[in-house]
Amino acid sequence: MELKAKIPTGPIEQRWDRHRFEMKLVNPANKRKYNIIVVGSGLAGASASAAMAELGYNVKCFCFQDSPRRAHSIAAQGGINAAKNYQNDGDSIYRLFYDTVKGGDFRARESNVYRLAQISLNIIDQCVAQGVPFAREYGGMLANRSFGGAQVSRTFYARGQTGQQLLLGAYQALLREVATGKVIMFPRTEMLDLIVIDGSARGIVTRNLITGKIETQIGDAVVLGTGGYGNVFYLSTNAKGSNCTAIWRAHKRGAAFGNPCFTQIHPTCIPVSGEYQSKLTLMSESLRNDGRIWVPRKKGDTRPPNQIPEGERDYYLERKYPSFGNLVPRDVASRNAKSVCDERRGVGEHGLGVYLDFADAIRRLGKPGIRERYGNLFDMYERITGENPYEVPMRIYPAIHYTMGGLWVDYNLMTTIPGLFAIGEANFSDHGANRLGASALMQGLADGYFILPYTVGDYLASAKLPKVDTSHPSIRNAATCIARQTNRLLEIRGKRTVTSFHRELGRLLWDHCGMARNEAGLKMALGRVPELREEFWNNVNVLGGGEELNQALENAGRVADFLELSELMCLDALHRNESCGGHFREEFQTPDGEALRDDGHFSYVAAWEYAGTGKQPVLSREPLNFEHVHPAQRSYK
Amino acid sequence: MRLTLHIWRQKSASHPGRMVRYEHANVSPHMSFLEMLDVLNEELIAKGAEPIAFDHDCREGICGMCGFMINGVAHGPQRGTTVCQLHMRRFKDGDELYVEPWRARAFPVVKDLVVDRGAFDRIIASGGYISVATGSAPEGNTIPVPKKNADLAMDAAACIGCGACVAACPNGAAALFTGAKISHLALLPQGQPERQIRVLSMVAQVKEELFGSCTNIGECEAVCPKEIRLEVIARMNREYLKASWTARGDSVPDSE
Repeated sequence: MELKAKIPTGPIEQRWDRHRFEMKLVNPANKRKYNIIVVGSGLAGASASAAMAELGYNVKCFCFQDSPRRAHSIAAQGGINAAKNYQNDGDSIYRLFYDTVKGGDFRARESNVYRLAQISLNIIDQCVAQGVPFAREYGGMLANRSFGGAQVSRTFYARGQTGQQLLLGAYQALLREVATGKVIMFPRTEMLDLIVIDGSARGIVTRNLITGKIETQIGDAVVLGTGGYGNVFYLSTNAKGSNCTAIWRAHKRGAAFGNPCFTQIHPTCIPVSGEYQSKLTLMSESLRNDGRIWVPRKKGDTRPPNQIPEGERDYYLERKYPSFGNLVPRDVASRNAKSVCDERRGVGEHGLGVYLDFADAIRRLGKPGIRERYGNLFDMYERITGENPYEVPMRIYPAIHYTMGGLWVDYNLMTTIPGLFAIGEANFSDHGANRLGASALMQGLADGYFILPYTVGDYLASAKLPKVDTSHPSIRNAATCIARQTNRLLEIRGKRTVTSFHRELGRLLWDHCGMARNEAGLKMALGRVPELREEFWNNVNVLGGGEELNQALENAGRVADFLELSELMCLDALHRNESCGGHFREEFQTPDGEALRDDGHFSYVAAWEYAGTGKQPVLSREPLNFEHVHPAQRSYK
Repeated sequence: MRLTLHIWRQKSASHPGRMVRYEHANVSPHMSFLEMLDVLNEELIAKGAEPIAFDHDCREGICGMCGFMINGVAHGPQRGTTVCQLHMRRFKDGDELYVEPWRARAFPVVKDLVVDRGAFDRIIASGGYISVATGSAPEGNTIPVPKKNADLAMDAAACIGCGACVAACPNGAAALFTGAKISHLALLPQGQPERQIRVLSMVAQVKEELFGSCTNIGECEAVCPKEIRLEVIARMNREYLKASWTARGDSVPDSE
């Protein structure tokens, strides 16, 4: 497949401006003739729906939860980056651009990242005007903090609930358009297939989760803002409902999948406590601003932390990375936690944990000072673990948090299927091989508010779309296929629950395609996944019927897709014979254990095309050119 | 731990429901309440019985999707905590627990512990926003907000829309929920242009839905997982009163 990234040329700071001028416009009177389908109501989906409805398009927005306000963007804690330079500490659009390309370990497109940094300014303005209650200084100005791996303070925040407040801003903008009638909202409705007619995306097949009714929706463009696929690992910081179904089924209809193996492990999560564990809880990375990470120097040291004297503690991040210390990027912090635990120096019941200690910060700032900054996080930690972090150090361990991979998109955020767009975490993203903290919210809103509304218009103005209605054979066909698949899941009546398959798959991926990967492990997983999939389709037990609210059935469909996507992830991880960002191949590391990139061979986006069940997917490569930020070994020493 | 659970089972909105007793012997104190139900559901499926339906998503206490009554208390016995964050160490071996869906006329039961909270979305759609089209915002720092106002607005904006306040209220009122959004926006300078029309429309929408009236009982505040304070209701009432007196179509400027 030829990948046309449609990246504008010319000076990087003028590319987006010029591109906006060159894109075609849709006459205001014609906008109301177009119907846009948006799947997902998180930061990307809600902002895109609201912005396009404001322009005059008719929007239908779908989410599987009971309200668009539940989307998982709501759980983002730390903040959102913007190059405002309000702190006068030397930030600029160029610096945010530079940090993001470098933080992503040189596997993102320069032009996209530059645009993202430019738009970061507009996002803050927009959110402030919507009434997002960002933290303020006493003079009434916006407050900032430094965050995960940045040496300037460019992160805007609303206590530990930034994602919630930004999402509610977008949700309110969305509901304002629901009230005007420009958006029709479909809650508790799940997309199960993409309808492609004459090569263009023209609609979706949905299941009403209350009645079980399979329906088709027709539109002139389809936008997927359905988030990431971190739940393929079963245990992740994602919401329980987060899934890959929309993007995976679009992939099976022809949309190339970009960099599926690029997954991010977040270093500061609460460790697993038992087999029944249903998800992992993130403790905001902002905690690393004041907490110090350490493990005992001695192997197998089981003394309680307060009995380990200062001299017998290893503050390993401060020791190895003196200039960044506890604030190294997520991939570096996670890998180091894993390696000290592999050395049997981990803490907690299962030895899978490291301490995040606030004793020094409490001495410096006092308990009230710490409570002011992190009170809600400390409370949450105590609720979950039963331990008081003001008295004993927190225990943390890395967990799957974000997926940089996703549907491949061009500069216009359009996938390889004309008329199908992917935004936010659902696309393969501007974060390269590793996302920096406080950048996900920025990207979701940049895509939804300020990029997609232009690029969708350009597509619609140039595309010649024939009229279709629900009687079209491909549409009837798609709906029938989905109904058949749903029934098949209900008819198996095997012996194992959906969750047991999901848990086994997650464990397999965590062990072999997680924080560290190697050829033998990936090959093993590639052998095991198809077996597990086969067993699933013969031995899963989904009770109840298809024409009612059936949560096990919903889950079964999602796990069935994870069982396919996981194979592609392993394949991608196996083919990428280098380490970069979140993708760490044990065979490729520097003598001191850092990721060893191979720019000569792997400076590209891997875009995989679906070739049919059981067939080897086809790889296309989009080369990455770095004209401004020159690839170098990342150093945080 | 062993628990005896009595859980509301109802096939759909049109079927009658009833309490069903379950003996649960497999409870670890480190489980969340929802994980305890997950384990019970796995056991039910193994026995060929349909699992219990309950809403949940983030399991971090922020999305607002989960929630039900435990022994008559919305979100259970721990203050400021959703059921997904409530851990079994709060209970004792041998406890007998009654688990029911939100009971409110405005929240019809969908299945088992799942209810329809669409009325909340309709309240927000009636005016719980600031009308600012994308792209038309001024530079962020041209709108200074006193820190105290920003903090109070954030306190109110922390609402997760779970519906516990309505379920706990003997009147089934949505005053805490509505008051929280009205307070959040009324406390900020950005919210001033639509301050009057907002409170009038939102209160009118609450009346359209099947919520009861607020009689200042305060059960809502006691169960709110985000500890939203009753003062948001007082502020809503003040806002409503002021707006009812002064808002007369277009003849009076909105800022008065």
